Amino acid sequence: MSTLKDVSGTHSAAESSVKISCRSVWKVYGDNVSQRYPALAGQHSDPAALRKALLSEGLIVAASDVSFDVRSGEIFIIMGLSGSGKSTMVRCLSRLVEPTAGEVLLDGEDLLSANDAELIKIRRHRMGMVFQNFGLMPHLTVLENIGFPLKLQGKSSRERVARAKEVIELVGLEGREDSFPRELSGGQQQRVGIARSLAVEPDVWLLDEPFSALDPLIRRQMQDEFLRLQTLLNKTIVFITHDFLEALRLADRIAIMKDGQLVQLGTPTELVLNPANDYVAEFTKDVPRDRVITVGELIENASSDVPVDAPRIASKTTLDVVMPMFESHPGGVVVDSEGVTLGVVTPARVIQALAQHQSSS
Amino acid sequence: MNSSPQSESANYSPTSLGASLSGFWIWLVVLIVSAVLIWLAPNAAWLAKPPVDWVLPIADYTNQFMQVLVNVAKPMFRLIGEWFAIPMEALQGILQWLPWPATIAIFAAFAWVAAGWKLSLFTVLALMYMVITGYWSPSMNTLGTVLVSIPLALLLGFGLAVITYDSPKVNRVVQPLLDFMQTVPTFAYLIPIMLLFGFGPVVGVVASAIYACPPMVRNMIVGLQQVSPDVLESGRMSGATPMQLFWQVRIPNAMSTIMVGINQATMAALSMVIIAAIIGSSADIGWEVLNQMRKARFGESLIAGLVIALFAMVLDRISMGFSNRSRAIARQHAALTVRAAPWVLALAVVVLCSVFAPQLTWLSVWPEQWEFYPADAINNALKYVTAEYSSLMKTIKNSALFYFLLPIRIGFSKAISPFSWGFALEPWMMHAYAAAAAVIALLGAWRFSWRFSVGVVIATTLLWYGMTGLPWVVFILVVSTIAWQVADWRVGLLSLFAWLFMVVTGIWEQAMLSVAMCLAAVMVCLLLGGMIGIWASRSDRVSAFIRPINDTLQSMPLFVILIPFLMFFQIGEFTSFLAIIAYAIVPCIRYTEHGLRGVPESTVEAATSMGCTPRQLLWNVKLPLALPQIMLGLNQTVMFALAMLVITALVGSKGLGQSVYIALSNSDAGQGLVAGFGMAFIAIVTDRVLQGWSLRRQRELGLVS
Repeated sequence: MSTLKDVSGTHSAAESSVKISCRSVWKVYGDNVSQRYPALAGQHSDPAALRKALLSEGLIVAASDVSFDVRSGEIFIIMGLSGSGKSTMVRCLSRLVEPTAGEVLLDGEDLLSANDAELIKIRRHRMGMVFQNFGLMPHLTVLENIGFPLKLQGKSSRERVARAKEVIELVGLEGREDSFPRELSGGQQQRVGIARSLAVEPDVWLLDEPFSALDPLIRRQMQDEFLRLQTLLNKTIVFITHDFLEALRLADRIAIMKDGQLVQLGTPTELVLNPANDYVAEFTKDVPRDRVITVGELIENASSDVPVDAPRIASKTTLDVVMPMFESHPGGVVVDSEGVTLGVVTPARVIQALAQHQSSS
Repeated sequence: MNSSPQSESANYSPTSLGASLSGFWIWLVVLIVSAVLIWLAPNAAWLAKPPVDWVLPIADYTNQFMQVLVNVAKPMFRLIGEWFAIPMEALQGILQWLPWPATIAIFAAFAWVAAGWKLSLFTVLALMYMVITGYWSPSMNTLGTVLVSIPLALLLGFGLAVITYDSPKVNRVVQPLLDFMQTVPTFAYLIPIMLLFGFGPVVGVVASAIYACPPMVRNMIVGLQQVSPDVLESGRMSGATPMQLFWQVRIPNAMSTIMVGINQATMAALSMVIIAAIIGSSADIGWEVLNQMRKARFGESLIAGLVIALFAMVLDRISMGFSNRSRAIARQHAALTVRAAPWVLALAVVVLCSVFAPQLTWLSVWPEQWEFYPADAINNALKYVTAEYSSLMKTIKNSALFYFLLPIRIGFSKAISPFSWGFALEPWMMHAYAAAAAVIALLGAWRFSWRFSVGVVIATTLLWYGMTGLPWVVFILVVSTIAWQVADWRVGLLSLFAWLFMVVTGIWEQAMLSVAMCLAAVMVCLLLGGMIGIWASRSDRVSAFIRPINDTLQSMPLFVILIPFLMFFQIGEFTSFLAIIAYAIVPCIRYTEHGLRGVPESTVEAATSMGCTPRQLLWNVKLPLALPQIMLGLNQTVMFALAMLVITALVGSKGLGQSVYIALSNSDAGQGLVAGFGMAFIAIVTDRVLQGWSLRRQRELGLVS
């Protein structure tokens, strides 16, 4: 738990406004949970003790005491293996699953207290969701599928077609408007799913393993496509995956879950460099360090013997980019952030850092 | 968490071993008790046959209750009946008034839209047959009744399915209700309906709506429940209100399954409307067939029966066509002119006919001198054939009766007589039989398992004493133990209850006769159907040849199937036997083929690569894996056999079916319902045992999760 706080603390400078906030969310399955959970929660104030008590009663704890904040405009990835509770969490955020206890705040409003009508309104206008198996309506064409959320809102056919055409262009499905889902490849079907989720212009975008059902080559393509869309749209994204490499590629921050618990929360670099426990380390051990560590993390104080002709590079640059430069500049490089010199990184420091992480893993 | 799989596997083997051994001890006790009871039976009358004074007057109470109900509710039901009569008579009126080319054109248009020009042509030819044989008018009366009862059944089914599909509580009530609606013989509930609604065609409408409703409900529930959670969640996340979710997400996604339900409901409705003719309601085609059959005019009944058969095929193929169309998701966006063509053509025919009908009377009524009615030719041909081959047919009939049906019913101990088998039963034969049974049982125990031996002991004992000769307590004990051991203790209890019901209602003897007949027919179906199924699974050509025959047999209203057998073997046990087999063999063929073809390709490849010969592949790999499916087929076969058993009462089979039939002619609601429920109990217990076994086995094989 202490590492968790430290890690998120290091990022407080970059923190922008919080869009979604999860506070001690629990989801427990079993008979009579609505009576048994409060009884046990009354006896155990400590979450760990409560979890133990719930499990010993034979209840299934899909999410236990999960807290995190998702910031406006970030890609927040929840990573975990099957049964880790990651799908449960994203469903708690959209209330497809009703949390047993805890709070979910959307723009500071309590989502869990919204009544059915309010919830439908929120889903219609503020949330979009993409599903692992696409969840397309097999009896509707691509155009009708994408216009479906608008149809439910009672929008006119002309409006629906106009908006659907816009999103179809956005995801690159021009020419397939009148096809049925069965006639499309997996990648194309998921484009329809993405287009449909964007049709209502939501600000929160939930993606539940959107690319897991696709083959690796297409998956890679779709990831690039996804990043391109995000630079255009700048949504607040909660993205679920079981693929750690996918998480590293896409995430601003990653939350790793296991057995319904949040194990570690941090940026990709933080996870790779400081795995909170063996479980996280198991995922990170094969990740090449030089592609994750940035020069900004290895700065030594600017000393007097800075070579004058040393190249100036941005602090976010990863080591695999910097290392070839040392061939012509053995004295080191100057790290800079928008014209301000932050310090120097020497080959010795880089070797030390890589060696250190090599041995730790 | 880590230790749980280990502890599980550590616990698993001792308990399973214990369970299998405890099964052995249970069977040992049951068999010893049975042996003692059989030994005691000759000296204790109450053991051999259920004592008469144990019978409770349940039938009488039912009749008294019906009496009260009829007195109280009759006006209400009569009123409802009159309401139903309005659309029915209106429809019949329209169908009678419309010139026949107009009606045929409308049907042809539907067929075209459903499945293309081939079906359209078939429809025209089939309906033309009705015109030229002079059966047009009764056919249209039948159609009018069916067209009222189908929407009624669909509406009823829709409503039931909607309140059932997402509520396990309601489901617990509705499922057994559906079981009874489908398994209580239709004749049985014709009686109370008749008492309430009075004689008349409305009885057919109500009865067929009730009978046709379960397949609609079942398919619709399955369809609604099977909508993938992803699709539902995406609907909810699109902001669907509960109503929108139901109508715009669930229903369209379940549509293809619902269409299957509509097809089945349509066929059931037609079948029941035909059967309802038995109460002599109106001038419909069912009545024509029945009438001719009763007068033993086989040529005439064959010609009229063919009308029903064609009717069934046309309705089946059209509704099936619509069902397939809804499944083929990618519908073609054909041009409007192409899509509208069949309707425009049909409309043109209707208008032309209406204009010219006053001048050309043959458009309204097919002139009698143009009729084609080869009944006499058929009768003469039949007379010739039966005379020519009478000795052969007699031999076939008698061998089946003496060497197969009789032993199952009354056992070798009584069936073997100089009259039937040509020699008398000597004591040494009995000893030899017992010795042979013992040797087979012991060999089986040594070579296979103790379960095999238990099976041998039960089968040989049964064949010796026969269904009717076995003490009733022993029968109940053994059958309920089978239900308990094969399925679970609940099914065992259900079985116990079901058989005790037969005892206390005094229908034990009839029940045993029905069980014997059913058992004999099902054995033949399993053997013959299994072989055909295996053959069809190996050859696409055979499969393609068999399929339309199966489809046709299954969609056929039951008593049409009686006609051909009746023609050659006359009224009697053997005709019933053959008719039951002809109808009930279909599921055995289908499920065997389906099961064998469904064996995973990878398993077959693995076995082939190990050097399996085709024979080894079949017996050691495919059949064991297909067995759960085959058992489901067997289950269906038993259901079909029981349904047909009731109808065969028309041609003189004995047992519960006969009781129901007699009750129907006496308007004895109590007796009819008691016998009907007796049959339903046999069906439901069999169903629970076979399905329970099949599901467990499929789970063990990892074929379902």
